[in-house]
Amino acid sequence: MTIGLGHYLTVAAILFTLGIFGIFLNRKNVIIILMSIELMLLAVNINLVAFSTHLHDLVGQIFAMFVLTVAAAEAAIGLAILVVYFRNRGSIEVDDINLMKG
Amino acid sequence: MIVQAIAFYVFAAVAVASAVMVIASRNPVHSVLFLILTFFNAAGLFVLMGAEFLAMVLIVVYVGAVAVLFLFVVMMLDINFAALREGFQNYLPVGGLIGLVLLVEMLLVFGSWTTAPEAARLAQVPTVEAVSNTHALGVVLYTKYIYFFQAAGLVLLVAMIGAIVLTLRERAGVRRQSIGVQVARRAKDTLEIKNVPTGSGI
Amino acid sequence: MDAIIVFLPLAGAIMAGLFGRWLGDRGAQVLTCGPMLLALALSVAVFFEVTGGGATRTTELFTWFDSGSFEASWAIRVDALTAVMLLTVNAVSAMVHVYSIGYMHHDKSVPRFMAYLSLFTFFMLMLVTAGNFMQMFFGWEGVGLCSYLLIGFWYDRPTANAAAIKAFLVNRVGDFGFALGIMGVFMVFGSVDFETVFKAAPGMVGTTINFLGLDLGTLDALCLLLFVGAMGKSAQLGLHTWLPDAMEGPTPVSALIHAATMVTAGVFMVCRLSPMFEYAPVAQGVVTVVGATTAIFAATVALCQNDIKRVIAYSTCSQLGYMFFAAGVSAYGAAMFHLFTHAFFKALLFLAAGSVIHALSGEQDMRRMGGVWQAIWKTYALMWVGSLALAGIGIPGIFGFAGFYSKDMMLESAWGAHSGVGQYAFWIGIAVALLTAFYSWRLLFMTFHGKPKADEKTMAHLHESPAVMLLPLVGLALGAVFAGYLGYESFVGEGREKFWGDSLFVLSQNDSIAAAHHAPPWVGLAPLTVGLVGIAIAYLFYMAAPTLPRLVASLARGLYRFLLNKWYFDELYERLFVAPAKALGHGLWKTGDGALIDGVGPDGIAEKTLLLARRAGRLQTGYVYHYAFSMLIGVAGLVTWYLFNSL
Repeated sequence: MTIGLGHYLTVAAILFTLGIFGIFLNRKNVIIILMSIELMLLAVNINLVAFSTHLHDLVGQIFAMFVLTVAAAEAAIGLAILVVYFRNRGSIEVDDINLMKG
Repeated sequence: MIVQAIAFYVFAAVAVASAVMVIASRNPVHSVLFLILTFFNAAGLFVLMGAEFLAMVLIVVYVGAVAVLFLFVVMMLDINFAALREGFQNYLPVGGLIGLVLLVEMLLVFGSWTTAPEAARLAQVPTVEAVSNTHALGVVLYTKYIYFFQAAGLVLLVAMIGAIVLTLRERAGVRRQSIGVQVARRAKDTLEIKNVPTGSGI
Repeated sequence: MDAIIVFLPLAGAIMAGLFGRWLGDRGAQVLTCGPMLLALALSVAVFFEVTGGGATRTTELFTWFDSGSFEASWAIRVDALTAVMLLTVNAVSAMVHVYSIGYMHHDKSVPRFMAYLSLFTFFMLMLVTAGNFMQMFFGWEGVGLCSYLLIGFWYDRPTANAAAIKAFLVNRVGDFGFALGIMGVFMVFGSVDFETVFKAAPGMVGTTINFLGLDLGTLDALCLLLFVGAMGKSAQLGLHTWLPDAMEGPTPVSALIHAATMVTAGVFMVCRLSPMFEYAPVAQGVVTVVGATTAIFAATVALCQNDIKRVIAYSTCSQLGYMFFAAGVSAYGAAMFHLFTHAFFKALLFLAAGSVIHALSGEQDMRRMGGVWQAIWKTYALMWVGSLALAGIGIPGIFGFAGFYSKDMMLESAWGAHSGVGQYAFWIGIAVALLTAFYSWRLLFMTFHGKPKADEKTMAHLHESPAVMLLPLVGLALGAVFAGYLGYESFVGEGREKFWGDSLFVLSQNDSIAAAHHAPPWVGLAPLTVGLVGIAIAYLFYMAAPTLPRLVASLARGLYRFLLNKWYFDELYERLFVAPAKALGHGLWKTGDGALIDGVGPDGIAEKTLLLARRAGRLQTGYVYHYAFSMLIGVAGLVTWYLFNSL
């Protein structure tokens, strides 16, 4: 059976949903949240490239490259923040991060 | 054709399965390793779609840099992973429901979507079969999208600086040279001439 | 010049009231009594000028209302009726001002007292010189206000405060009727000016107006409403409860306001509106019946009272009833005549009572007086004069005290009216005359004769009043003695038409005064006879056989208590009006204002705001994944909505 656009989009959708699950289902630690964000970005990339291929337009891939760049930068900064936070608080348990409680 | 289909399903299944394991596994190091596996499979999917440059870049950047970074941090933080398990189930019903709803909607959209006939004309960078993917990307990246490219570079620079700024800390007790202070030293701050008669000592 | 008479007391009031602190007691007294005496002199001049044929004159001051078709102006209108009132008011007021110098000598707020007295006089003068209903209402309300201020003069006494409020509130009920009457007058006649209304009154005979769903005779309805106002001001039955309590005020106040001037404002009003009342026979009948019933009511209550001032207060109430029933049978001249004479002898009685109280160091209960007639014989003599005048004692054909002429005239007019209500009023009036004589001499005997029942300390301090207090009494006594004899011809005799001129209007078929002159002799002698009988019975009860009163009281215990408690009117009103009103007020305050308005309004909104804010604050859990979750829900919602919109 021909693998069409829909298949790729479905995969991307599932990966995206899994990433969302990861954000609020996990109670373990903050790193899982950061990894879930990476998953979501990956899903978006798959989406972009799928459409690029389908529409024969390279701009999708250009955009996916920039997404990649930004994702890398954001992962770096996010982890740096995490390290500093760990140094100050001693734990990265998600339940403890509620200093902004109103 | 059939090979393509099999390859697609294999890559897709493994990607999804390892994504699930990223979230569900108890050990954070396992989570990172599963993430790496997901990335590899996504790269495979990209190759199937004909974007091989992007697939390689994915592996180099995501796996080689980002995932390794994750691993470093996980190791460095020395998390006590045994204690972190409770509370997973509380939000599962509601969260699961919401997620499911979203997924179903996305699939609905994808299923009923048709491409408009004019879409072909609107292509910004139409693919050319003669050149390779890398070549085609290169042709366009440094000419039409040069500003975005430089901006991306700046973003990375800022990220680098930011990471250093956030995590650098002063260590007390570490002796360092301060060149400026050394060079600016003057004789009258450090030397004192005492007139001592010969033979008498200090 | 008329305006000067009216504004002199106001000037005195302003000077003493605003600058009393710098003027001091003596200065305030001089600056109020001086203008009053001057006003009195001018009033005498005006009296002789305007009555007996002088023309009505109006001095327009300035416009008050000029709104569409509603116009009223400030004007001083002087005709014969006004002139009589001017003389009465100013005479009694001046005497009271001078008397107060002595009586209030030890008080700590003399300037305030003198200012209030003068202010009251000003308002009363505004009332009597009014040329339209609005100015009369202004004076009406003003005297009510001054009555409140003066009754509650000693404001640190709770009883005085309560009495002042009671007076004001009961008056208010009457004023409400009066106001409705004025509004009715404007609605029917299109004007509130007396001249205009009086001219148009005959044209309204036979018409009806719709009031509260009933069709009533126009003039009857209006006059009844206006009479309600008179009932309130003149303490007629139903709206009388304030008058005895008003004795909480200083005695000069009782003399001025509650004997001679304010309470007579109602009588004055009815006489002033005689052109209207003449065409309202129903209203006249009501006036007569109410007046007569009040007279007998007050006289019976006065029989049993023990406070010297209250006896005189009920006596006033009773005499006002006389005046009203005389006005009700169209004998306006007789009513005014009695008003004139009554002012003198009632003020005399009050001030003499004040003298007695002063002599006995503040004692007011007659059961603790007695045996002082030789020590304070001047006051005693003056009290005799006043009582003789009140009881209407005289020698027919030769000379009589003031009440002899005026009271007899009223009773003869009631007879001469030849109507059912007139007969009722006549026989009631005869009975009241007997009771009047009885209680007046009861007062005299209990207060001055018998064994002294006051304690030794009071008896040791027994002293006659100073000249400054006795001289006004002598002035009033002269009036009590001679006013009747001198005024008979002009007020109600042959010269009455010339005397009154246009100020009183009587339809020829109603002229009861004319019929009174043709009454059989026994009618004229009856009041004198019963008066003497009353004196004799009082002598029997209180001098000859002093145990009789107690015996009679114990035999008729129920009746005695009924009369002592003023026919239980106060208790009735308390239950009917006061208690429900207080409950309503309390309910509205606590529930209406407190729970509803405050609860829903400021307090409620503040509370709800806090509540909502706290609940909203709970959304800020501090957990990022909660926020992410809510974002997700939002996205899901948005997509769903978008999806279903495009479907």
